[in-house]
Parts: sequence; structure tokens; C-alpha cells
Amino acid sequence: MKNDDYKNDLQMLNDELGPSTLNRRDFLKLLGGGIIVTFLVEETALAQSRRRREYPGDFNAYLQIHENGRVSCLSGKIEQGQGVITSLGQMLAEELDVPFEKVDVILGDTDICPWDMGTFGSRTTKYFGPPLREAAAEAREVLLQLAAEHLDTPRETLTVKDGLIFVKTKPAQHVSYAELTKGKTIHKHLDQKPPIKHYSKHTISGKSHNRTDGLEKVTGKAKFAGDIRLPGMLYARILRPPAHGAVLKNADTSEAEKIKGIKIVKDNDLIAVLHEHPLEAERALKLVKANYDLPEKKVDNGNIFDHLLNVKIEENVVNELGDPREGEKSAAKTFDQRYYNHYVAHAPIEPHTAVVKIDGDKATAWASSQTPFRVRDDVASAVGIPSDKVHVISPFVGGGFGGKTRNQQAVEAARLAKLTGRPVQVAWTRDEEFFYDTFRPAAVINIKSGINGSGKITHWVYRNYFAGDRSSKPFYHIPHYRVLARGGWRGRDDIHPFGVGAWRGPGSNTNVFAMESHIDVMAEGAGMDPLTFRLENLQDERMKKVLKAAAEKFGRSFSKTPGGKGYGVACTDYLGTYVATMAEVKVDKQTGDFRVERIVCAQDCGEIINPEGVRMQIEGGLIMGLGYVRTEEIRFNGGEVLDRNFDTYELPRFSWLPKIETVLLDNPDMAPQGCGEPAITTMGGVIANAVYDAIGVRLYTLPMTPKRIKEVLRKD
Amino acid sequence: MNEIIQFTLNNKPTRITVNKDHTLLWVLRTELGLTGTKYGCGEGFCGACTVLVDNSPVRSCQLPVTKVNGKKITTIEGLEQNGKLHPIQQAFIDHNALQCGYCTPGMLLTAYALLLENPKPSTEEITQTMEDILCRCSSYNRIVDAIKTASQSL
Repeated sequence: MKNDDYKNDLQMLNDELGPSTLNRRDFLKLLGGGIIVTFLVEETALAQSRRRREYPGDFNAYLQIHENGRVSCLSGKIEQGQGVITSLGQMLAEELDVPFEKVDVILGDTDICPWDMGTFGSRTTKYFGPPLREAAAEAREVLLQLAAEHLDTPRETLTVKDGLIFVKTKPAQHVSYAELTKGKTIHKHLDQKPPIKHYSKHTISGKSHNRTDGLEKVTGKAKFAGDIRLPGMLYARILRPPAHGAVLKNADTSEAEKIKGIKIVKDNDLIAVLHEHPLEAERALKLVKANYDLPEKKVDNGNIFDHLLNVKIEENVVNELGDPREGEKSAAKTFDQRYYNHYVAHAPIEPHTAVVKIDGDKATAWASSQTPFRVRDDVASAVGIPSDKVHVISPFVGGGFGGKTRNQQAVEAARLAKLTGRPVQVAWTRDEEFFYDTFRPAAVINIKSGINGSGKITHWVYRNYFAGDRSSKPFYHIPHYRVLARGGWRGRDDIHPFGVGAWRGPGSNTNVFAMESHIDVMAEGAGMDPLTFRLENLQDERMKKVLKAAAEKFGRSFSKTPGGKGYGVACTDYLGTYVATMAEVKVDKQTGDFRVERIVCAQDCGEIINPEGVRMQIEGGLIMGLGYVRTEEIRFNGGEVLDRNFDTYELPRFSWLPKIETVLLDNPDMAPQGCGEPAITTMGGVIANAVYDAIGVRLYTLPMTPKRIKEVLRKD
Repeated sequence: MNEIIQFTLNNKPTRITVNKDHTLLWVLRTELGLTGTKYGCGEGFCGACTVLVDNSPVRSCQLPVTKVNGKKITTIEGLEQNGKLHPIQQAFIDHNALQCGYCTPGMLLTAYALLLENPKPSTEEITQTMEDILCRCSSYNRIVDAIKTASQSL
């Protein structure tokens, strides 16, 4: 991996997750000074990559060719629905020249997969894809050279198809990959790495493939962390405080102790009841009586934005160009507006779950986690053993969306397994899931800008309060701009009353909502329709192309439409993937409710590995995004989270469905970019703009609930 | 507190001693080892735990296990017949009507029951029936399409 990418990765690891609980000093302490030397001398390529936190150089780390002809594709990523179990297999099969059906993709097993920082940030295809392709290309060439020796013929006379190497002129003279390797590690390596295939030669990559995990998932055979059953395993339920910041005064477990077969653990802050049957553990927990000192409640949904605007914290310059004061001099009109969004939950249908088993000085963990190698460190730290004594196995993850990166449940299971001497499963209830979720932070954006007499943007000053700065650099042609940010999506104790963190498209959902709403505000000021204003103020040809592709498919022009119907547009550059979304909404002015009738989304994510997979991510993202646009807002009173289940916290459901059309731009000359997150980030902007088009008043706060829509209509 | 109950589980007669306060979901997942039925919210709001009792979808996290005495239970493990997928399962695969797959068992069983009762449902009927099952990955449109495809092949 290139040095810059590696630095980016480490930066991202820290930005996205915060420092690991296992710091370098702990790591050295665990290993002991003397052991380090031996460790460094004898470590394998895999172990070295783990210690250095980088992708290995040895191609054997990415693939194994088995005697039966099947090929394992190995990756430290996990499958949480985003579809890499399919696309990584396509990339490997393509470069190695084996049938796609013969590839088994093995993910997130820390004993056999190459190190990985985690599955987030739409980074699997973009950053793991290149080393995987390079590894497969090198393996293919090495195998061809080995075959040349084996068949006693010059390398140039050979070719390969479907894992079978043969003499071009005499196909009967052949040897298969499996015959050459016999399931063993290949020791030959090349000094000169062969190039990967040009996309024009692709027959597997770039073609739509159905999900390879479909069969397991429709038959109930797919295993999630909660489906792991071990002999002697105990199900744990843990005593939880009523609010974040509450301090336990005392706990009486005497009634719970009367339940047959119950085990009670009290270890500092951890009070748990464990039983061989989960419902008995649940019954026991209900019998525990606890008293807490509650913290003072300072913030709630009503004053959170004032609070955020007043937190004392340094403001950083994210990007700047020219001098906005200079730009303002040529402005014919100026605009100054604030945009707000509330806290949003990840709400995966599978709550956080982990199983940990300890055998002597070794531990095995199964966790619903986006970061298996971090689970490894966290479990090691909790048990007090070195990381290389922990084996993490990643079952399917039942949705993550950025919320399953911190592994609190795995640490709890590890502590309880150590304290009880039995395998332990910790499976959070929905109530715990809402309480310990690291919400998308509430945030405020202020934009001051201007346009000149011909509708060109003159300047742009962007102040970001706690959203995180991703996607906040203007991609419009603005001669003078300044982008400033306070804090980020990871938050800090004095800022938010509970945990916050990365949420699918972190920072960007808030930023694109604010930026793209504001672009429409300026378009109206310029007397131009939103699409024309955007195209007039863009010099980025790639973005113009994506916008035009969306507009062409949408096929409606922006003339004012009566009857509560409205059109909207929004676009963004999400870490190199360009998206433009257009939508049609219908607003009921009586109830304040709206319905999205149709969404068109055009995306350019460079070379595409699995078009069907990309479409699924776009569609899923758009609908998921409707939730934070329409209903999703965590209600809270200080550290007390009030929404604790799906009765009050409303997710998108079948009756909300708009018609969705996707347009994938053909841009194979650009390296593959990410596509799990980009589309969702446009939803705030596109729907706010469409609602404005429908009712003539703008909402500056997400979610746009019927109550908020009625309020703005009343004031109008 | 314990009680012996009998029911048909995926076409097999089953007799089991259960704690009468326990819910069907956890008896299926724990005593019977059928982990295809999922816990999602524990209060009947998400539908991940849906199974069929006498061919009607019920939230197994809300159902005391004693209520199924003498009844016929179908779980996700029972949709496949003689090693052959039911058309609704095949349609979910063909339409890629799932992502993480955690809500899939509840979706499939509800759709299966709908098609038993109404082999040619309209889009509105599909939406109405499926409404209270949540898919956070939001494969909803594809699920509707898959149900329509399956209905054509029945």
C-alpha cells in the first residue's frame, strides 16, 4: 500500500473510531520487552501486517487455492448487507482467472484474513480492492511461471482460462491451479509486479451478479452473532443506568439470586445476571433493585441547538480560497441562513451482540462488529492476554451503518466470560441498543453567501457546529470561500449528553442538506431554476454530467407546479463519488405530511464492479435517508434517551415507498470509488428543496415532521 | 411452572417441556435450536421474529409458548420442501430482495402467508400486509417486486 493511503487509513481510523482501548504501551506491556525481539524475527507476513496495521504485501494473505479447485478470497472486511461478499469475489475471480462460482469469500476472521481497520467509509472497494487485485494478478503470473516449469515449456506459450493453464497451441497439454499448488502456500514471488487487467478485458468484474449470500439468508441458515450456541454458554443481562451520567448508589440482587441456575456478577461498574436460558436472565434482571444519583439535566430537544452554538471550542479552517470579504464587494444579493438537524439513531434490526469463549490463555470472539481487528484488541485488553491470542470470527452483521464500530458488547462478553469461566453471550435488547447507540450528532450549519447580478456565486462562508466536515468543501465554482468547523461527529462529553459517532455518510448528510438547501435559496434569489443555477455555477464537468444525467431521466422541468406537488434537486461529491438526486413530493397542507412520489438518482463512482450491487446500495440509501428527512429524531431529556423502540422512533416502511430510478454513469477510466454511502447524503437537500417547491416555504430543520411543516405554513 | 406441550413444527410432530412463562421466540431459538427466527425489538414492532401459527403470521416475541399447544408452526427453516426452495425464497434471491438478511425470515414468512391466502395480491395489498415489518437496509421495493414474481409462479 502506498504511504499516503496508509497515512489516510490511520487518520481515518482515529477520526472514525477514536483511539483503540489497547494503546501501544498496553501492547508492549502485554508482550513483555523480551518477547518483542523473537516476535519481530519470526512473525509471519500476516502477523507483521497486523502489528503495522497495514495491508500485507504477500499475495498468499489474500487468497488460497485449495486442492479441490475452490479458491478462498480472504479479507478483514465484514458483510453487513453492503454486498462486498459478492463484489470482492468478482474482483479476485477476474484477476486470477478462475470461475466466479468457485470463489468463497471469507471475511473478518482475524486468524486467517489480512489485517483491516474496519468496514466503514465506503472504503472496501476503493482501498481494499487495489491490493486484492494486485495480489491476484501476481498469483496468476506466478502460477503461469510454475506451470512453465511443470509443463517444460516457455512461459510465453501458456495461457490460462478458468483456473486451467494450457499451451496455447496444444490445449491438451495443461495443468490446473489446484494441481500446481496442492492447497499449499506459494513461496515464489515476483520482483516486478504484473499489471492488473484493463477493464476492457473484464468478463466477471463489471457485470451484475446476484448476492452470493442470498441462499443462506432466505433459508435461515445464515449465522449472526446471536445464533452462536456453545456448550455451557450463559446468556447475560446487564444492569443499565436510567440515564447517561447516572451514578450507581447501590444495587440489591437478593431477589434475583433466588432464580434457579442464576449467576450474579458484580465487578466494579459491571453488574450482570447470567443464565443458560436468556429469558431467565431477563427475569432475574427485572428483580434487581438499583438506586442511582441522577445528573443535572441541561439539554433536551428544545435547547440543543442553542447549546451547540454556545459550546466553547476552537474553530478550525477546513478549506479556503481567496477572501470572502473581497467577494462580498461584488455581491448584488447576500444570504445568511442557519440549518439544523437532530440526533438520529443507527437502528440496525440486529442489536449489538457478541459471544466470547476463553480457553486458558486464548479467547475466541464472535461479534456483530464492523471492526473485527479492533474487537481482537478490545477483547485482549479486557481479558488481559496479547491480541494474537484472540481469534475473532465475524458472522454476518445484521446492519451496521457506522454504529457497530466500538464493540462495547464484545468487551462486556469478554469480561463476563473471564469472571464466570463460561462462554458468554451478550445480546443487547432494543432498549439497550437505543440507549448505547452512538447517534448521528445534532448539528448546526451557518452559511453566509452572495451572488452577483448575473447569478454567479461571489463568496461563501460556511460555519459547521459539530456535524463533522466531510463533504463540506464547495464543489461549485466560488472565487472566495472559507469553510470552518467546530468539533466533529465523534463529539465530546461536554457537548452531547450521550455517545455520538459516525452514521452512514458521517458529516455529509448534514453538510449536503445545508449546502444544497442554500444553493436553492440563492437560485431563487437569482431568479433562476435550481438546475440551471447549479449548472451555471459549476465548472466541474464530471458533476455537470451527473446532474444532467439525473435531470434527463427525471424528465420534468422546474416550472412552478400547483397543487402541493414539488420537484427538488441536490448533488454532492462524497469522497470521490459524484451523486445527483432529483425527487418529486406531494405535500398535504392540512396535515403537514408529505409523500415522496419518485426519486431519480444518478451516480458516478468510477469503474463499477457489480452494477446490481451499486443499485442496491443507492436504493437502500435513498429510502433509509427518507427516515432522517421525515421522522427520525431521538428525543431526550439530559442523559435520558426517551425513544427506546420502534413505536415512537419511526423508521421508513413499505407505505412510504416512492418509485426509484437509478442511473449509473459509465466512467471505467476512473479507479473504483465507494458507493455504500454517497446517495443517502443527498436526501436532506433534495427533499427539503422539493417540499419548498411544493409549498413555497422552506424548512431549515431535519426531520421535516408534519408538526414542523404546519408551523412554517402557519407563519407564512 | 413447567408444562409439556405438543405442536407440529415445520411438519414434524414436536413434544417439549417448556417454562410456561417463556415466549415462542426464545423456545424456538434456545430449546429447539432454530435460530433463523430473529429477535429485533422484543415488543412486536419490527416483525423480525415473525413465524406462522396455523399459517397466520404472529410475532413470536410476544406469544407465550403455551398458546401454540396443538397448533402448526412454520419457521424460516420450514419453507424449503424436499431440498427445494419455495418460489418466494427463489424470488427473494433473484430480485436481491435483501441486504443484511436479518429481517428476511420475517419478511419471507409474512409474504408466504399472504400468498397462501391471496395468490395474486395487488401492490396495495402487499404494502398493507408487509407494512409492519421493518428493513433498515431498505430493500422494500425489491421485496414488493419479489412477492409479485413469486405470485406469478404459484
